[in-house]
Amino acid sequence: MNLKVLDKRAIAPLVEALMDDYRVVGPQAKGSKFTFEAVTDPANLRFDYDTTILPPKKVLLPPQERLATFTLQEDLQVKTVLETEPTVLLGVHTCDLKAIQLLDEVFSKDFPDAQYLAQREQTILISLECLSPCDEHSFCKDMGTLTASEGSDIHLTEIDSAYIVDATTEAGEELLARYATVRDATEADMQKLNKELGAKWPKFNYQLDFETAKLPSMLEAAFEHPLWNDLGDRCLACGSCTNVCPTCYCFNVYDEVDMLLTKGTRSRNWDSCQLDEFARVAGGENFREARAARQRHRLMRKGKYIYEKFDELGCVGCGRCIRTCTAKISIVESFNTIHNGKK
Amino acid sequence: MEKSIYTPDMTRVIDIEELTSLEKLFTIKSPNGELGHEPGQFVMVSVLGVGEAPISISSSPSRSNGHFELCVRQVGNVTNALHAMQPGAKVGIRGPFGTGFPIEKMRGKDLLFAPGGLGLAPLRSLINQVVDERSSFGRVIILYGTKGPSDLLFRDELDEWVARDDIECLITVDRGDETWDGHVGVITTLFPEITINPRNTIAITCGPPIMYRFVLMELLGKGIPESQIYLSLERRMKCGVGKCGHCQIESLYCCQDGPVFNYAKIKGFEEAL
Repeated sequence: MNLKVLDKRAIAPLVEALMDDYRVVGPQAKGSKFTFEAVTDPANLRFDYDTTILPPKKVLLPPQERLATFTLQEDLQVKTVLETEPTVLLGVHTCDLKAIQLLDEVFSKDFPDAQYLAQREQTILISLECLSPCDEHSFCKDMGTLTASEGSDIHLTEIDSAYIVDATTEAGEELLARYATVRDATEADMQKLNKELGAKWPKFNYQLDFETAKLPSMLEAAFEHPLWNDLGDRCLACGSCTNVCPTCYCFNVYDEVDMLLTKGTRSRNWDSCQLDEFARVAGGENFREARAARQRHRLMRKGKYIYEKFDELGCVGCGRCIRTCTAKISIVESFNTIHNGKK
Repeated sequence: MEKSIYTPDMTRVIDIEELTSLEKLFTIKSPNGELGHEPGQFVMVSVLGVGEAPISISSSPSRSNGHFELCVRQVGNVTNALHAMQPGAKVGIRGPFGTGFPIEKMRGKDLLFAPGGLGLAPLRSLINQVVDERSSFGRVIILYGTKGPSDLLFRDELDEWVARDDIECLITVDRGDETWDGHVGVITTLFPEITINPRNTIAITCGPPIMYRFVLMELLGKGIPESQIYLSLERRMKCGVGKCGHCQIESLYCCQDGPVFNYAKIKGFEEAL
C-alpha cells in the first residue's frame, strides 16, 4: 500500500474509535518513567517515550497467566484456559518489535503454545520508528534493530506534526480503512520522511567494539572467561535483568487451590534463570548454583544459545537490563570485555 | 484452539507397589489407548492442586497393555502427594516427551547397563524391552549399585535377571547389612569383574550426578568409545516441551534433546554433569 499521512490531531479520535472494539495498549507516563498500559484516555499516550520499564511482551506473555482450571470434587476435571482479548499494541519501538518476532518463533516452534498464540493472533501491532536514542544504554544500532521492515501491521514515522503511516499487512490496511482518517503521502511528505530517516542514523552510536555476527563464536570461546566470576561477585541474583528483557520468556508453573479445596487453577509466571532455585532438581542438586554460572547462562542465551535454536540473537539492544541492574552490570561492557580480552 | 500443550489428560492410578521406604511403583492407565513411548522418555505427572513433575517412564513399550509404570521417589511436593495416593486416584499425564534411547542402533550389540540407585528406573524401560526381544541383542550385562540392600529397586526382576543364563547381572551395595551376602562396594568395584569387547559394546548409565564421573572413567577405561555411551540426565522441568527454560544444559534442552544423551555429544558441555 502507498504510504499515508496521519495528522497528530487525528490520533486521539483514532484511538477513541479503536477503544470501542479493542483493548488499546500504548506507552504512558508512570512517574518519571514510562510503561505500556491499557489506554483509558488517548491524551495520556506518549509517543515521545524513551523506553518502558517492562517491554510489551507483557501483553502477549503476561507476568501471570492462567493455563488451566480444575475441580477437586470426586471426578477431577481439568479445563484449558485461553484468556485473550482483541488488542491493539500501539507505539512499539523496533527493538521490542524484533523481540516479539523472536517470541513468535519460540512459541510456534515444535510444540505450539496455545495461550501465547491465541493472544498473538488477536493482537494488532503498530510500531514506531525511533528518531533519536532513548539514552546512553541503548545499543539497537549494534543489534540491527534500529529500524524494521517487517513484524508489525502498521509502522509510524514522525514527520513534524504528522506521522507517515505504512500499513504492512492486510490487518493493518483494514484497521486504517475502518478507523483512521489519513491522506495519501505527497512528494513533500516523502521528502520529509527521507530527511528524518537519513538524519536519525548518525544520532545513534555503536556501543559494541565488534560486529554482532561474531557474538555466538566469541561466546563459544569464552565459557571459562574470568568475567563470569566478576559478574557473579557483583550480581545480587534479583532477576530484574530477565524480567525487563523483551526476549526472556522462561516461566514457572504452579497450582493454586481455593479456600474450600473444591477447585483451583494452574498458572504460569515469569521466572528467572538468575534465581537460586531455577536449575535445582528435586534431589537437591543445583546445576547452576554459582551466580557466575547464572550470569554466564543469561549472556550465553542472549548471544549464543537462542541463536543456535532460532537463528536469531536473543538480544535486541534495548538496554533495559543495564538500566535496571542495581549492581551496574552491563551486557554491553560484558560483551566488550570478552571481545577485547581476546585480542 | 481448545487443546493446550499444558493441559494434562486425566487418568487413573491402577496399582501402587512399595519398592523401598522411599520409592513406589505406580501403574497408570494410559490416557489414550497406549502411551506410545520409547524407552528413556518421560511424562509430566500432575497432582491437581499440588503441581507437576517430570518422571521417567519405567515400563517398557513391549509390556504396555494399556498402562505404563512410573517409579517415583518421595522427594518433593508432587512426589509426596503421589505417595499419599491409593489405587483408583486420578493423576494428570502429559507426554511422552523427550529423546529416548536409540534402540535401533543397539540391535546386535552387547549392552552394558550401569544404573546407580534410582537410575535403574529409566533404564528398566530399556532393559525389559531388550529382555523381551532378547535374540536381537548380543550380551546383556547389568551392573547395579545402591547404597544399601534395602534401597534395591525391582527385587523380583533383579532376581530374575541374575537367574537368567543370557543376562549377566551383578549387584553391589555401598554398605551391607545382616541380610546381605552379596557384593559390597560402590558400583565401580563391579567393573573389574567383567570383560567385554568394547568395540561392540554400547553402555547405558544413569544415576546421581556424582556417580557419572566414576562410572564414565570405568567405561572409558574399558575402551568403550565415547560415542557408544548413553546417559539419562535429570533436570528441573516445568513445561517438558522446550519453552520454560529450566532444564537447559547450555544450548541443549534436557526435555527435547534429552533426557537421554550420547556421551560424545554431551561431554563438551560443562553444565551437563
